[in-house]
This record gives sequence, structure tokens and C-alpha cells, in this order.
Amino acid sequence: MKKIIVGMGTCGLSAGAQPVYDKLKELSEAHSEICELDITGCIGMCFREPLVEIQDESGRTIYGDVSSELAEEIFNEHVLSGKKVDDERIIFSVASDGSTSGSEATFLDLQERIVLRNCGIINPESIEDYEEIGGYQGLKKALTEITPEEIIQTMKDSGLRGRGGAGFPTGLKWSFAAANKGDTKYVVCNADEGDPGAFMDRSVLEGDPHAVIEGMIICGKAIGASFGYIYCRAEYPLAIARLEKAITAAKKKGYLGENIFGSGFTFNMKIKQGAGAFVCGEETALFASIEGERGMPRIRPPFPAEKGLWQKPTNNNNVETFANVPWIIANGAKAYSSIGTPKSPGTKVFALAGKVAKGGLAEVPMGTTIEQLVFNIGGGIKEGGEFKAVQMGGPSGGCIPASLKHTPVDFESIPTTGAIMGSGGMVVMDQGTCMVGIARFFLDFTQSESCGKCTFCRIGTLRMLEILDRITRGEGVSEDIPKLEKLSIQIKEASLCGLGQTAPNPVQTTIRYYLDEYKAHIEDKKCPAGECEALVDFVIIPEKCVGCTLCARACPVDAIAGKVKEVHVIDQEKCVKCGKCITSCNFGAVVKR
Amino acid sequence: MEKSPPGVPVVIMKGVMKTAAKKESFNYRLWKYDGAPGELIPLLQSAQEHFGYIPRRAITYISGVTAIPESDIFGVITFYSQFRLQPMGKFVVRACAGTACHVSGAKAIIDTIEDELEVEVGDTSEDGLFTFLTVACIGCCSLAPVIMVNDDTHGRLTPASLRKILKEYRRKGKKIAESAVGAS
Repeated sequence: MKKIIVGMGTCGLSAGAQPVYDKLKELSEAHSEICELDITGCIGMCFREPLVEIQDESGRTIYGDVSSELAEEIFNEHVLSGKKVDDERIIFSVASDGSTSGSEATFLDLQERIVLRNCGIINPESIEDYEEIGGYQGLKKALTEITPEEIIQTMKDSGLRGRGGAGFPTGLKWSFAAANKGDTKYVVCNADEGDPGAFMDRSVLEGDPHAVIEGMIICGKAIGASFGYIYCRAEYPLAIARLEKAITAAKKKGYLGENIFGSGFTFNMKIKQGAGAFVCGEETALFASIEGERGMPRIRPPFPAEKGLWQKPTNNNNVETFANVPWIIANGAKAYSSIGTPKSPGTKVFALAGKVAKGGLAEVPMGTTIEQLVFNIGGGIKEGGEFKAVQMGGPSGGCIPASLKHTPVDFESIPTTGAIMGSGGMVVMDQGTCMVGIARFFLDFTQSESCGKCTFCRIGTLRMLEILDRITRGEGVSEDIPKLEKLSIQIKEASLCGLGQTAPNPVQTTIRYYLDEYKAHIEDKKCPAGECEALVDFVIIPEKCVGCTLCARACPVDAIAGKVKEVHVIDQEKCVKCGKCITSCNFGAVVKR
Repeated sequence: MEKSPPGVPVVIMKGVMKTAAKKESFNYRLWKYDGAPGELIPLLQSAQEHFGYIPRRAITYISGVTAIPESDIFGVITFYSQFRLQPMGKFVVRACAGTACHVSGAKAIIDTIEDELEVEVGDTSEDGLFTFLTVACIGCCSLAPVIMVNDDTHGRLTPASLRKILKEYRRKGKKIAESAVGAS
């Protein structure tokens, strides 16, 4: 029996996996005696979606950039006649002897997959698929073979640190919640992945929801909780749908509910949808949101382990952390701690995006360098650009310049650069990205997402944004940089939660590494990257202009001259830099310089 | 506001009879509300799903059932970016303004949408066809720059390809409107 698998994560669907699936469904139903059709989550190669995998006697073959026409061709050639279609489309294959080949083989070969162990392999909507590859065996061990103390000891020995960004040792966190007496305790899974540029939690929830559920139940046993909440962003409808399906299936099979595995242990869980507030990624704000209030952080202490959700002892971990748990329990602490670095054991999933050639998800051992991630796995910079910086940790993180590309990625090394590990978003930038613009972009984000509780975060970020706005408009003055530095320190010191404490990071790191660019904006009124509209010239590339007159008609100040079918020219004296010519041109002939 | 008697106001009961079969509808959720804490946000979410936005009367209903003051409910609505107090257009255009899209030229995409649809971020076009919003991240960063129109995602956009897509939606929307007029 041949198996046809279509990647149906959000990335696959938005690249057009649905028509491919429909086509293959129609074809495979007509030949149901020789093949079956299945779906899977994101395998991480988002840059080649939609992906179709064929499993037959020759092994696994993955085709990339599949259209419904190509799907039909693959079906007729590969599935029906057994000959593989055109080599260029095969991006990855595993022969029956285990050897790998294909144009994107290095992308997967360089990775070490624990969290993503099942993503892109199993059908996330089938609990049987998960069981078949050893699913819920970690839970069985945790409930029937070892004590809660031993679970916590295993977690401590594994050295797993929270994957949400702060890197707090998971075993230690669990021991705090376990030590607090109380008849009601809660396990909360933070799936409010708000960092723009990070999408690993979404892929795990979409591709392997049972791993997260299993991890949460094990945590419940360890700390003595019998109820769990998954707080998931409403912007992830597919993840929520698959989680709901998974919870229902787990209840049916007896992994959730009363007397699980006959151990007398009871655990239930519920999904809570977030409503779009970045600050709810902060745990006390998240609790407030679950309780139905405005998601504003609370003062600590008391810490969540003592008084968390509904004022009860609560343990809150991130999706990726929970997905690690069943593997650690099943394979032992040693297997996990032997991967990565001594102080940051294990693996970490990174979401590669931006100007990187191969954007997608990559899971690597801790301690892998930025260079290895961007160049060896990510394939370097798109369109032959020059590597300028990588932004890590989202709006709370910072920009790491190309000169520090040898920095190993772990909880000790990254903070020395001024950035943070964060949840694992890695946005790669090339020479066309303005670093002042990036700082402004993040400040704009944190400023609008500040909940307003702490004055410095509420007003201070707005003042910083105004200064950065002014600099990018070419109206900056030399006192602006010391002002930004001073405000950064004040906001960090006078904010209650992580949002405010880290909001100045993007500004501080860009000032630290790209002071020249700030100075060019302020003193020379130039944007070296050619991005800030007020500081660049709009020009028409003669070779690309076909003389369609669209830009001349769009120009509100009649700054563009030229006749039909002749090259147009922009009068720099008249130009007000509104950008209408760029958005109106159908040939990409207008550029900023 | 005073706490209403247990159960649901009569106005809503009428609706429940009709829609109780539809699982977890707004009315059904209100009807089954049993005072369990933390239900406000799910109630608001189902109200928005039902009406397309949160109308004034939905706030009154929810307040009546849950005994949460209307002012508190309003406070929660305005805190979260998901909730809207105005009706949405037929097509909700969400431009991704995440980091990856920013680096890949989201600014030009947003400008193009504003220009083509003649709406600003957060507004609905005069003909009621389009509502234009920006979102922090849609989560398909490798396809940047990306927009979503209702539930469909369009990626790897240029100003030119984007205009084509928007024009197609406008044509579709006008067609639907015309056929609705013809039918009535």
C-alpha cells in the first residue's frame, strides 16, 4: 500500500495545499486499492510548501512547490507507474536503507528533532498515529512506574529550561508548585505565541497536539493538579481545531478523565482562546485573561506556584517545554542532558524568517552558532544579499550583528550580546534593512501593546517612539541618542512585567552595534539602508520603465514627467516622498535610493 | 446594573428556541451560563462570531446574564484587539505587519491597500465591502509579505499582484451585492 501525505499546516494551506489535497483525494479514491491519502503538520520546510510525500517500497520521497497539476503528474507517474517525477522537484528523500538525498536534504540532516519529532511525520488528527510511534508511553511510565517526586527529579536531571524565553529550569519550577499544599492546583500551557516572527508553537500544536497534552498531564501528576488550561491565540484557528480534536480523542481513549491507566489519577483540560493582546504572554496577565478580565500583569510575589490562576497554586509552561516532557520521561534525563551545552541542555526550535533563503522551522542542539543556523541550514541570504544582522527574541529581544555570527545560541551566550533567547524567532536582515527603522518598528509594537499599568512602560515607550519617529523622518537632533539611552534604563527599572522590562532591548542593541546608522540619520540626514522614506530619493530605473504613465497619474504633486511608452523621470525638487509611485508601478521600476 | 433573575432575559429565550440546535451559538452560550467564572471572554467571542462585531445590545445581554457591570465589559472589549464595536465589511483584509513581513516590504503593501481600497488601517470602506486591519503576525513568515482576506491567505505579494487580488475581491463583492438587489 502506498501512502500519499499532504502537508496541511497553516504554512502549507496558505501556499495552496487545499487544492492539491482535493486533487489527490479525487485521484486516490479512484485507486483506493493501491494507495491511501493522509495529512500531516508542518515539517519545517515552509519555503517549499505545498509539500507532498509519497511512501512506498523505495522509501520516502518529498516533493516541493506542488501545484494541483504537478500533484496529478506525481500521482500518475510515481504512485501509479512507480517512477519518480523530475528530480528537481524532489526536495528530500529517504531510501529504504536510510540514506537521505534531495536538494533540501541538508536542511533536515543538520537538525536534531525532539520537539518536532512527529511534526510532518504523523497525522496530527489521528491519536492512533501518535500511539503507534510511542505516544502516551511517557505518561504511562509517569503514572504507573514512578512517583511524582521521581518525575520532578527526572525533569531536574534533564536540565530542561523553559522554552518560552526566560529559561527558568522546568524541574525546579514544578517542585515549587508541588511543594505548595492545596486541594486545587492548575497546569497552564502558554500557547499565546505573540512574538511577530515566531511560529514554532503554532507548528507544534498543528503538527503534534498530543505531545503537548501528554506533557501537561505528566506535569499535573508531578505537581498534584487535576485540571489544565491551554491558552491559545485566537489567530491560530487550525491549532485550536486540532487541539480540540486531540482532547476529545484523548478523553475517549482514557488518557484524560478519571482513573487514567488505572492509577487513580484524574486530569481534565480545556482550551481558552486568547483575544489578541501581546501582554497575555506574561503569565500573571495570562491568568487574568483566563479569569475573564483585562489581561494586566499582577505584582509578584505571591508567585504563581503559590497563588496563580484563581489564586490557586499554578504551574505555567510554554508549548515547546511541554512537548519535550514526554520524550524526557520516556527516554530518561541522561538522553536529554547529553544533547546541547552543559548549562543549556537539549534542543531548541528556531523559526527562520526574513531575508533568509530557506525560511522555516529548524530544531538544533543548544550551542549551535548563528552562522550555522543562517547559512548551513537556512541557506544564506535571499537573492544574494549581504548578511547584516539577526533579530532574536521578538520585541523583547535585540539585533545581533553579523560580526557576532559565531555566537553559540544558548541561554548563557545570547544575553551577552544584549539580545535574549526569547521563544526562538530569528528574523534575518540584509543590507536593505534600516536598523533605526527596526528599532522604531518594535517600539511601535510594544508601545501599542503596553497594557498601561506602569507609567514608564505606558508613557516612556511613547516618548521613545516619538524620538525614533523624528529620527527616521530626518528631524533628529544630537541629544536624541542620550535621551533614548536614559529612557531605556528608566523603563527597564520601573516596569512590573517582562514587556516593559525588555521593551527597550531593540533600541539599546541597535544603538550599541549600529551607532553609525543613527548618526547618519541625525547628522547627515541619510538612511544608509535606503529604507526611511523621508531620507531617500525615489528614482525610476530606466531599464524597467515601460512608460505606462501609471506613476505619473498617481503622483499627487505632478513630480513625474514622461510621455506614453517613454521612460519617466522623477523631479527630486517636487517629490514629497509619499511612495504612491512605488505602489502604483506594475513593473517594480520605482525604487528608493 | 442589578443582577437579573437566574436564567436568561425573555428577549433572548425566543432566539434560543430557534438556535439551540446550533451548538455553542451566542444565545446557547448565554443560556447555559451557570455563573462559572472566566466566561466573559468566550461570551464576547461568540457574540462577535454571531453578529460580526459586538453591538451595544450584546453588551446589555451579557451584563444582564452575568451580572458583570456593562462598564467592566466595555473595559475588557477595548483591551483586546480581537473585539470590534463597529460592523465589519464583507471582506476583512488583514495585512501582516510582523517582523518578517516588515523586513520584506510590508510598508508598500499597506500603502497599496490604503490606496486601492481608499480606507485607512482600522476603517471600513464607504460601500461596506472592505475592512482593513493590520495584525502582528499571521504565522506564515516564509511567505512574507502576506495578507489575509477573510480566511484566505495570499503570500509573496508585490504591489502589482496585490492590486490584482483586491480588484478581484471588489468585483466579487459587487456581483454579490447586485444579485442580492436583483433577488429582492
